[in-house]
Amino acid sequence: MLSIKNLHARVEAAEILKGLSLELPAGEVHAIMGPNGAGKSTLSYVLTGRQGYEVTDGTATLDGEDLLSLEANERAARGVFLSFQYPLEIPGVPAMTFLRTAMNAQHKARGEPEVSATEFLKRAREVAGQLKMDFDMLKRPLNVGFSGGEKKRMEIFQMAMLSPRLLILDETDSGLDIDALKIVADGVNALRSPDRAMLVITHYQRLLDYIRPDKVHVLAAGRIAATGGPELAHELEREGYDKYARAA
Amino acid sequence: MPAVKKTVDSVEALERYQHGFITTVDQEFAPKGLSADIVRFISAKKQEPEWMLEWRLAAYERWLAMDEPDWAKVSFPKIDYQDSYYYAAPKEKIGPMSLDEVDPEILATYAKLGIPLREQEVLAGVQGAPKYAVDAVFDSVSVVTTFKKELAAVGVIFCSFSEAVREHPELVKKYLGTVVPASDNYFACLNSAVFSDGSFVYVPPGVRCPMELSTYFRINAAESGQFERTLIIADKGAYVSYLEGCTAPMRDENQLHAAVVELVTLDDAEIKYSTVQNWYPGDPETGKGGIYNFVTKRADCRGDRSKVSWTQVETGSAITWKYPSCVLRGKDSVGEFYSIAITNGRQQADTGTKMIHLGEGTRSRIISKGISAGRSSNTYRGLVSAHPKAKGARNFTQCDSLLIGKTCAAHTVPYIEARNGQSVFEHEATTTRLSDDQLFYVMQRGLSQEEAVQLLVNGFVKDVLQELPMEFAVEAQKLVAISLEGSVG
Repeated sequence: MLSIKNLHARVEAAEILKGLSLELPAGEVHAIMGPNGAGKSTLSYVLTGRQGYEVTDGTATLDGEDLLSLEANERAARGVFLSFQYPLEIPGVPAMTFLRTAMNAQHKARGEPEVSATEFLKRAREVAGQLKMDFDMLKRPLNVGFSGGEKKRMEIFQMAMLSPRLLILDETDSGLDIDALKIVADGVNALRSPDRAMLVITHYQRLLDYIRPDKVHVLAAGRIAATGGPELAHELEREGYDKYARAA
Repeated sequence: MPAVKKTVDSVEALERYQHGFITTVDQEFAPKGLSADIVRFISAKKQEPEWMLEWRLAAYERWLAMDEPDWAKVSFPKIDYQDSYYYAAPKEKIGPMSLDEVDPEILATYAKLGIPLREQEVLAGVQGAPKYAVDAVFDSVSVVTTFKKELAAVGVIFCSFSEAVREHPELVKKYLGTVVPASDNYFACLNSAVFSDGSFVYVPPGVRCPMELSTYFRINAAESGQFERTLIIADKGAYVSYLEGCTAPMRDENQLHAAVVELVTLDDAEIKYSTVQNWYPGDPETGKGGIYNFVTKRADCRGDRSKVSWTQVETGSAITWKYPSCVLRGKDSVGEFYSIAITNGRQQADTGTKMIHLGEGTRSRIISKGISAGRSSNTYRGLVSAHPKAKGARNFTQCDSLLIGKTCAAHTVPYIEARNGQSVFEHEATTTRLSDDQLFYVMQRGLSQEEAVQLLVNGFVKDVLQELPMEFAVEAQKLVAISLEGSVG
């Protein structure tokens, strides 16, 4: 599914990713953990095509197709979804309108027919129910005046509706209380499937109790410093990142 | 970055101003320059009665003694008023005629602009679509007015201003210059002397005008100014919704557009006046050419419980200087102003409104959305005042500015004067920049950069767009998108 080889990327003058390699096969969930400033968010932005992040070397492919030469929206149409650490507010645009516009833009890019309004509504009610969201929230301008937890839930709602293939979750647990965390994790787990892959970026082990990863990678100083099973996350929780930060 | 390259390419591929074509028709001009003789020439051309000529000449005398206003936040080289034509008209007949008599080139022009002048075309349109009557003004002359018979059946007068002077002098005499006096300001005074044509509407007591009325103004001739004059009267309990649209060819020299619009509402009457202004804005890189849009628009809510609502979508013109206002004279009268003003390239806009509360219990509401992009400057200037007698006056003002890019400017200049202790005025204002974070967020969900800007801007202007008559809201939305194309990159 996702294959990253020797990725180097810079933001302005600073090189943040320094030769990162990672293989994420379909059907698997990998966690990326690491200290502040290790390049976790940079990795998510480079993969999704944010401007200002310059790739100087290496490759990233999705099912063999080069991702790095595509625009952000073209990557989205190929099924790359980023759940933002800090979702943005979009004044004046109801969440429903936003999502339907996005969905149809993706369908158009893939040469698929538009989703009918009734079909869309039916699916939206279903997914909102699963995430225990108040349906009226979807009629309000996207994320405007939402609490931190509501914003995160809205991200997962969008993810479920757009049904992407590569799911990148950037610090999805931040700002969530334990009940909300469970609901969000249930929503994410429901999306696990043999033809999808997930990259879960997190600071803390806590989220991984709910979204069980197949592999855990430690990202330090711009590269993968260690890879292991779920037990690695517990070790990091006990011992911290010092060892890896020093080694790098 | 590939995104930047792509945006640059798409900007280059784009014809930025889509109404910039020139129509070739035989035209008749007055000699260049301005004098009492030119005023007489215009009046004679229009076969006006003596009183109308006297009014024009008096205005001309006043104008000679006035100075051009310089307080607006706009700058432009001094205008040489002697270096312009004050009258340009398609040759052939004067005044509105039947469609068969109109020069086919002019009809083709309006067809190109998407404005239906043939009534049967409107009727043959989408089933159930609301029809609207059109007065088409080409340079100085109204060329055709549609649906006059249907309107006359309910007593509504909708005709060119010249025709009104000839056919309905008692109404014109009674109301002309009573809202915007001839000497009100420099540009209104100039207009009063040389105004060419425009629309006249009278809705009799208790009549709800059965269709939208609209006027499309087209400047075509080179080196000519356009000075139209619009007068709308809603008699007691009447209602009318009116829309004006404007376009002009792309020319290298600046052209002056100094119009005057006067609205009068008597007891319980209501006028809804919408503008979609898309004059040629000049070259986006050099700032060369474009229309100077120096317009005076004012409504007099003369009657108790009467209401006027201005809605404007301003995307064109090199320079905009206009403040559609309401004089809230009648008890419990209501004034509203909804505005979207977009500047891009080298455009300059100084626009806003005045809500003058004279009567008891008068209310007003101002929603202004300014968007600046490119190297443009966008100023909101607004006055809200309450007279000592305007007890219980209320105003709510919301004034938002959106900046796109790093080289544009937005300014907000509100004037608030309450001369009694029982008025409540609220003013809210925000200035935000369209952020890269927002753009990326929307693009990550699948929208292209242009689509993302459109979505964000549409969200920003939504409160105003929904005030427009439905069929024009769509047009305005497209216009907003076109005028901001290539503004990010």
